[in-house]
Amino acid sequence: MSHADDHEGTRRDFLYYATGGASAVAVGAAVWPLANQMNPSADVQALASIRVDVSELEPGAQLTVKWLGKPVFIRRRTEDEIAEANAVDVSALPDPDARNANIAEGAEATDANRALDENGEWLVQMGVCTHLGCVPLGDAQGNTGEFGGWFCPCHGSHYDTAGRIRKGPAPENLPVPPARFDGDDLILG
Amino acid sequence: MIRKITLSAIAALGLASPALAAGGGGHVHDFKFSFEGPFGSYDQMQLQRGLQIYTEVCAACHGLKYVPLRTLGDEGGPHLPDDQVRAYSEFYEVFDAEIDDFRPAKPTDHFPDSALENAPDLSMMAKARAGFHGPYGLGINQFFRGMGGPEYIATLLSSYEDPPACAPEDFEGFYNTAFTAGGIPDECKDDHGHSKVEGSWIAMAPPLEDDLIEFADHAPADVEAMSQDVAAFLMWAAEPKMNARKEAGFVAVVFLVVLSVLLYLTNKSIWAAIKHRKGPDA
Amino acid sequence: MAGIPHDHYEPKTGAETWLHRRLPIVGLMYDTLMIPTPKNLNWMWIWGIVLTFCLVLQIATGIVLAMHYTPHVDMAFASIEHIMRNVNGGDMLRYVHMNGASLFFLAVYAHIFRGLYYGSYKEPREITWIIGILIFVLMMGTAFMGYVLPWGQMSFWGATVITGLFGAIPFIGEPIQTWLLGGPAVDNATLNRFFSLHYLLPFVIAALVAVHIWAFHTTGNNNPTGVEVRRGSKEEAEKDTVPFWPYYVIKDVFALVVILAVFFAIVGFMPNYLGHPDNYIEANPLSTPAHIVPEWYFLPFYAILRAFTGEVWVVQIASFFTGGIIDAKFFGVLAMFGAIAVMALTPWLDTSSVRSGKYRPLFKWWFWLLVIDFVVLTWLGAQPAEEPYATFALIASAYWFAYFLVILPLLGVMEKPLPQPETIEEDFDAHYPVESDDASSAPAE
Repeated sequence: MSHADDHEGTRRDFLYYATGGASAVAVGAAVWPLANQMNPSADVQALASIRVDVSELEPGAQLTVKWLGKPVFIRRRTEDEIAEANAVDVSALPDPDARNANIAEGAEATDANRALDENGEWLVQMGVCTHLGCVPLGDAQGNTGEFGGWFCPCHGSHYDTAGRIRKGPAPENLPVPPARFDGDDLILG
Repeated sequence: MIRKITLSAIAALGLASPALAAGGGGHVHDFKFSFEGPFGSYDQMQLQRGLQIYTEVCAACHGLKYVPLRTLGDEGGPHLPDDQVRAYSEFYEVFDAEIDDFRPAKPTDHFPDSALENAPDLSMMAKARAGFHGPYGLGINQFFRGMGGPEYIATLLSSYEDPPACAPEDFEGFYNTAFTAGGIPDECKDDHGHSKVEGSWIAMAPPLEDDLIEFADHAPADVEAMSQDVAAFLMWAAEPKMNARKEAGFVAVVFLVVLSVLLYLTNKSIWAAIKHRKGPDA
Repeated sequence: MAGIPHDHYEPKTGAETWLHRRLPIVGLMYDTLMIPTPKNLNWMWIWGIVLTFCLVLQIATGIVLAMHYTPHVDMAFASIEHIMRNVNGGDMLRYVHMNGASLFFLAVYAHIFRGLYYGSYKEPREITWIIGILIFVLMMGTAFMGYVLPWGQMSFWGATVITGLFGAIPFIGEPIQTWLLGGPAVDNATLNRFFSLHYLLPFVIAALVAVHIWAFHTTGNNNPTGVEVRRGSKEEAEKDTVPFWPYYVIKDVFALVVILAVFFAIVGFMPNYLGHPDNYIEANPLSTPAHIVPEWYFLPFYAILRAFTGEVWVVQIASFFTGGIIDAKFFGVLAMFGAIAVMALTPWLDTSSVRSGKYRPLFKWWFWLLVIDFVVLTWLGAQPAEEPYATFALIASAYWFAYFLVILPLLGVMEKPLPQPETIEEDFDAHYPVESDDASSAPAE
């Protein structure tokens, strides 16, 4: 085979590879939107973060809001509740992990690590029992369990005033979702 | 940026006559909008002015029920900052089935429905009207000038005129030279029942007047300028993803042209052996 | 084995043999892809691939749109707006689906007229042709029902008018119409069944497309000369043909990509150009739009439907002889469906012994007049039903029927055809003569 043929053959190969590559890109660009449309749509994404006006909440009162389809307990705790939560020996807890999405993972389950603000007044947590997903009862329903916090009626899990599991089958403390204050509003998510 | 005004005063202007159907046929002025052509995009400041006009004037009677309030913050649209979107949303009340009551709207809610029975929802109005037609039913005008929805809206809003002499004093509605779907008094028709006047009578009172609104960017606030601003806003409301769509279309066309060149050369190359055969002993 | 003689798939490795003995699927794909195809096909033979692509495009975009659409009268319109505003890339998907229907019909009309010109319907390809017409009818049904789904004003009133056609059938019309609608008028039941059928029919079309391809792979493709591929031996056949892959695959894909560049310009820059503004107004059973117009691809047949009014003498005669059973309304319906039915009968209406229109000097004129007639009918379908359009529509409709029922049968007898090439190879060599191997060309091996 002569040199000229060889040269032409290389150029032709390059053309074929370029055409094949560009076609593959076209197919990929066509398939991507077909898959991407199944991701959460803009209206669903907009609900991933909600604002709750908590300015009206008095100490000792609790607000339950729906976030991502699940209840969130927002409680403004009394001095007594905070003191009670602080008095607990963390090392003796069934779950010593703070389970707080706003601080470093694996932090100790002290009351300061559970509460949202520095004074420890605000406790924001998912209202979903970590056992099998029931919604625990609280003082609004007149049942705070043995530790003054929440009580899950399904299988008798007791949570204390910091939302930590103290007794019963639930394995973990009630998780604290990503939350922060913006003026009077609490932003979840 | 957005002032609250008393809606009831404007609501009183609305008239209770039957809803009027699609327009078309009257002369529509071919306004030049920033979003025309393959590379045109929305003018953010114009959309904000249009939103202000919509809020202070149109919203009294009309709704935008398919438009989510949060999209006011979207890039390519009015692009309001988050806190303004929230503040703006609270301006409206929406019914919340969960609490079975009305509450201030949130960005995740939509604009409310129309307040009046005969005021159509404006969400897709700029796509639901064609300002340009023909010639001879061939649609060539639309090909070169666009469908003309926003042009139709802007023309309509700036085409209120004093009624012609033939019309009786008490004829219901307001004379508009661009609106063709409304009523026309018999006195203004010839013997064959054809109208002798341009346009017809519309139920909507003239919504705009010069300097009705003061814009934060000190843009002119004459009727014609405001008509264009609100028409541009309604085009955005109808087609919020237009900028992104044009970009995607452009990329697709460029890529396909490149691919077609490659395929053309490939095709030529593989057919060469078939088409250009060498004679055995020529 | 039927078909043009060619090489068949031979399994080489043990695994290939194992599979081939149990399921000869690789062999089927090989035979389909490597099918000998006349080497003189021109650019009008690209539409098959374009149509296959359209079917895949519409099914793919349709399936994903169905994931977000709600077939309920209270929510359908809003769910379309949800797709347009909230779903990731939803506006593009919907605009592609919308305009994809137009591309589909553009391609099918080009495909049909190509078949009519080159006599692709003639013996032995009658079944291919009839399956094709069947696919076309199903496409029309699918497109019509799809247009109802957004539940805009044109959706609703289009559905009302077109289903009303069935009401024109004597005696049984009204029960049939009620059965189709699931009630006395277009309502939720109608929307639901249209959604179901709009989803189903494309798969029926896909099955028929497979049969369509099977049929013409058995007879072999027609080609611009209308002269059949020689089948005496593999060597002889190879002089007339090239394998489908890569020669025609690359050529067709090239054409497809050029068409898609135009398509995406429309989708990107003017996606509503072919639609109707009224469909952005939610359906209102109490208010009819001033001017009901079907989508452009139905206009020729819509024009035929409207052309036959009570004043037309043919209609009056039909009405007189049937004692009024065939009234103007029913006549219009018969004419519309008849306009498609005569196309299906073309293989038997065309009496010419010559297949390709290329060698039929008189036929050419009448054929191009039919193409113009079709374009004029498309235009007339969008005009208001008044003079002078009504008369034009009547003339244009009459020509449509005259072409198939009178001109085609007569031409075959009266026309003196031009000489045809003996073989495809001869035709091809006339276009691409064997080049002399002189010093200026590349050195020989």
